[in-house]
Amino acid sequence: MSHLLALDIGWGTVLAIKTLIVLAFIPLSALILGYVFLLKMMSHMQSRLGPMDPGGFHGWYQLVGDGVKFMQKEDIMPVDADRRVFALAPAVVVLSTFLVFVVIPAGPRLVVAPLDVGVFYALAVSSLSVIGVLMAGWASSNKFALMGALRAAAQLIAYELPLVLAVVGVVIQAGTMNLQGIVHIQQDGSIFGWSGIGNPFILTQFVGFALFMVAAQAELTQPPFDMPVAESELVAGYMVEYTGFRFLFFFIGEFGTAFAFAALAATLFLGGWSVPGVHGSAADLLGPLVLFAKVMLVAFLMFWARFTYPRLREDQLQALAWKWLIPIALVNILVTGVLKVAFS
Amino acid sequence: MKREIKGMFTGLGITFKTMMKPAVTVQYPHEREDPPTRARGVIALKEENCTVCMLCARQCPDWCIYIEGHKEQRPPRREGGRPRSVSVLDRFDIDYALCMYCGICVEVCPFDALFWSPEFEYSESRIANLLHDKDKLGEWMDTVPEPEPLEQGAEVKGKK
Repeated sequence: MSHLLALDIGWGTVLAIKTLIVLAFIPLSALILGYVFLLKMMSHMQSRLGPMDPGGFHGWYQLVGDGVKFMQKEDIMPVDADRRVFALAPAVVVLSTFLVFVVIPAGPRLVVAPLDVGVFYALAVSSLSVIGVLMAGWASSNKFALMGALRAAAQLIAYELPLVLAVVGVVIQAGTMNLQGIVHIQQDGSIFGWSGIGNPFILTQFVGFALFMVAAQAELTQPPFDMPVAESELVAGYMVEYTGFRFLFFFIGEFGTAFAFAALAATLFLGGWSVPGVHGSAADLLGPLVLFAKVMLVAFLMFWARFTYPRLREDQLQALAWKWLIPIALVNILVTGVLKVAFS
Repeated sequence: MKREIKGMFTGLGITFKTMMKPAVTVQYPHEREDPPTRARGVIALKEENCTVCMLCARQCPDWCIYIEGHKEQRPPRREGGRPRSVSVLDRFDIDYALCMYCGICVEVCPFDALFWSPEFEYSESRIANLLHDKDKLGEWMDTVPEPEPLEQGAEVKGKK
């Protein structure tokens, strides 16, 4: 960025600016997803309108108002709570979201840190939220919270495997773990010599894409995989004792992570910020918009499933991961590897 | 297994189709729909039909109708006859804070003095203002719709 602006800015300042931008973007992404999908799309799928009055145009201000309301609420902490852990847990959850955003490229140069092990890093830090969830559940000194946290831990660990294994196919095909590299290969690729739309990996890795979407849904503890926050049996799971600003953090974490996973899926399978034939500064300008459009498309699929299916039972949920997703993912890796060797 | 997978896609189709259709919501204060026929909004009083028989007040399950009246002597209809005694309504109040809109008073009134009106926007910030006196109940008469036409083959009872 510094050479783009032709200014001599120290690396510390650049880092601070990048951090601030990402930190500001997480609540914004949560707001966008929450408004577009949770408030509006879900309402229309249930044949209602959702909020219409706040802010004048289709209730766009509703979630901002909700956020302000949460900030005004009293900060309640149970007497027996482990105070420091209780206070830290929501921050850990949001931190894991923040760390995923760091490696997602929004243009040829618009990335906070183009790590060579980007995919590996993103999937590793995205599972940090398990620690935050366990901290929240344990520190609340509430049996519902503890049950929810343990369910969440079991679920997140179970679905971490198919998530990683689904991505391995893409990594094999691309030959790199760098997210920028994966985007470039999709942009410059061709389908049997025709390079009209590049070669998005969803065409060859559609099994991986389906697995990734299912596993991401479970990682986000969204319906049909919302056992950890099953409101009819656990009230709100690990969030049950949280109020006000800390609860808002969990909300931002949930939807921010949904955005991050959608961005990961868009980058890995749909070509990320790339449009075939657009390179250089034009791609820098167009990239964020293209990525945003693809993210919204992926997020639409996620939330579509969320608002359609009922909740799975705990044993069904585990069976799906261990008996179906992981074997399918392993076969997918095998086939991808064989084809990669055969065609190269 | 095949049936289950088909069902999952059917479910997605249903939610998508519902999303594409216009919502059934009516944005009430901005737009309003016509109340259904025979909607029970508020009870109107046609004072000249009332004979202070108290049937409505006695049938009311939560005792929200307050009636007071007195008898007056009127001159006889014919020369040399006895003076008539007529009941005059002094007070007819319905407390809508208590009323449960069962409509028994309307049903039971033998002289057609009580009617249902579909008006429902008479909320008050003070609960005492929900007690409508006979003038206010009389004003609701303007909003009472014409009775529905009889069904085909129905028998017309009573005098016209």
